Amino acid sequence: MDLFEYQGKQYFARYGIAVSPGGVADTVEEAVAVAERVGYPVVVKAQVKVGGRGKAGGVKLADNVDEVRTHAGNILGLDIKGHVVRRLWVEHATDIAEEYYASFTLDRPNKVHLGMLSAQGGVEIEVVAAENPDAIAMLSIDPRLGLDLATARRWVAEAGLTMAAREQAAELLVHLYRCYEDGDCDLAEVNPLVFTPDGRVHALDAKVSLDENASFRHPEWDEYRATETEDPREKMAKEKGLNYIGLDGTVGIIANGAGLAMSTLDVVNQVGGTAANFLDIGGGANADVMAAALEVINADPKVRAIFVNIFGGITRVDEVAKGVLEALSRVEIASPIVLRLDGTNATEGRAILAPHLNDRLMTEPTMLDAARRAVALANA
Amino acid sequence: MSIFVDENTKVIVQGLTGGQGRFHGLRNRDYGTRVVAGVTPGKGGTDVDGIPVYDTVGEAVAATGATASFVVVPPRFAADAIIEAAQGGITFIVCITEGIPAHDEARTYNRLVAEFPGVRLLGPNCPGIISPGKCNIGITSGDIALPGGPVGIVSRSGTLTYQALHELSQQGIGQTTCVGIGGDPVPGTNFIDCLAAFEADPETRAVMMIGEIGGSEEERAAEWIKAHMTKPVVAYIAGVTAPAGRKMGHAGAIISGSKGTAQAKMAALAEAGVHVCQNPTEAGEKMVEIVRTLAG
Repeated sequence: MDLFEYQGKQYFARYGIAVSPGGVADTVEEAVAVAERVGYPVVVKAQVKVGGRGKAGGVKLADNVDEVRTHAGNILGLDIKGHVVRRLWVEHATDIAEEYYASFTLDRPNKVHLGMLSAQGGVEIEVVAAENPDAIAMLSIDPRLGLDLATARRWVAEAGLTMAAREQAAELLVHLYRCYEDGDCDLAEVNPLVFTPDGRVHALDAKVSLDENASFRHPEWDEYRATETEDPREKMAKEKGLNYIGLDGTVGIIANGAGLAMSTLDVVNQVGGTAANFLDIGGGANADVMAAALEVINADPKVRAIFVNIFGGITRVDEVAKGVLEALSRVEIASPIVLRLDGTNATEGRAILAPHLNDRLMTEPTMLDAARRAVALANA
Repeated sequence: MSIFVDENTKVIVQGLTGGQGRFHGLRNRDYGTRVVAGVTPGKGGTDVDGIPVYDTVGEAVAATGATASFVVVPPRFAADAIIEAAQGGITFIVCITEGIPAHDEARTYNRLVAEFPGVRLLGPNCPGIISPGKCNIGITSGDIALPGGPVGIVSRSGTLTYQALHELSQQGIGQTTCVGIGGDPVPGTNFIDCLAAFEADPETRAVMMIGEIGGSEEERAAEWIKAHMTKPVVAYIAGVTAPAGRKMGHAGAIISGSKGTAQAKMAALAEAGVHVCQNPTEAGEKMVEIVRTLAG
């Protein structure tokens, strides 16, 4: 789960990381109120989970109340790469002497944590990595040991931060690591981490991605979840407890297992179609789950055909077949359904469906055949 | 031969008294696996369908001589259960639990490496391991596997593994061992571990490898194959059409920036001489063709 900048900053603040005084605003008047409270000049920043806000006109400096009104009015409702701005973060503007980059993430190949620190911040780290890889000081961190202050001090020196910034930066990095680890982040990134002319180090931006598997020990994440998804299909699927990702195509996909669901998308694509979604119903697909899955896909107006791809293992195909029939008796489905049923009790499952097959509900013997049929129906 | 397990492997089930543990533990026993004990703290002295239950792994190992454990406990208890297994003398740990926090996995993995060398963890979030006719630890349906080899299977995905087993078995082609390494970001056992074991196993004559987007394990496997593998490898990678930045069901199945794409993995594997197929069916057909042309 990715956080908005303002949520990331609030999350940072919980772990003692210095951020600029600021506040959230959903209206022009709220933006003015925050600006008056934190003091001019202020920066008005669009809250969207996509890069390139500045270039798109989503970040503006305001010296007085009129400018706040103008900028807040312009930015609210702005479409930035398909993300409509509904919320602003307004904070006191910071003078900048130097900009750094700092992040922690999992180093998957080496199965340890990776800290990245650079004295060249404020630009995309991928660009720095490509053009000047030596400018990034990499630090491998054993998850058993964590990051201590002595190591952080060596690290800021190695990265070549200004002498006067080093001690504060080292302390901030220790806090940031604690945020990353105790806060169960997949990514905790500060870009830029700034050093001000009056000698303070603080986080000017916040990019935080949380590991949802750790939700059980973070009740405070509930507030982030409420603002998480903008796609109404994904919202509906989430409410029904389904593992769904909305896409742009015309073939609705239901499969059991993440790998099979991914593979189903690929096969639909290979035979000339486009998937409307990724949907993994997991193991033990009963009538309730199947009905919920069909409802979510049915609510997507782009869907022209539905491909149900089941390989029974623990999931019994006869149960899936019953689930489909029961779901159809409860929900009116707008698109024709093509099923491919294989694995445990597949013969029984196909037999259950046999008397109900028609031009709205059909089966095919293989995944490829079913994909072709569904794509043909969707493209018809 | 089989890799990692065989017909003599004695298995305990951590979480045998839970709904999932009971279901899968008894299925594994019905398959012929030597499921010798269960472990649930506070339930020592009871039994599950005749399988004795102990409070701790240490007690279960002392009483039964088990060397393998099947961990089927909720995510918040899984890391502790894995460490307890290692402390209790278990050397092969299969954890099917899905939803363990990545930081717990990273810490647990590094503890195993540092404190318990010689202990292998399979998973988490994996379907387990089956050596057809000998041993089945995990959630794979035994009836879709066919004993006798000559194919070894290693996979990051559960259902795609079943699909692969099914396609080979239907054609009369058996498997030596089928290993599900799981879809999480920090797998205890990776492709290379399994490829090396299959390369060393005289009965395995070809390997099917099923990968997916995210991470770089497939690319690393490709390098290893190029340098060390003499047996033919067929690969399928799921997620060619997956959008970047989204977790596709599995916690580890995510394209980060431009890293971890199916295309890059397929290119690396093809460059290493692997037969890369476009879908699971094609991979099955390719493997059938290869096995039929193997001499003897």
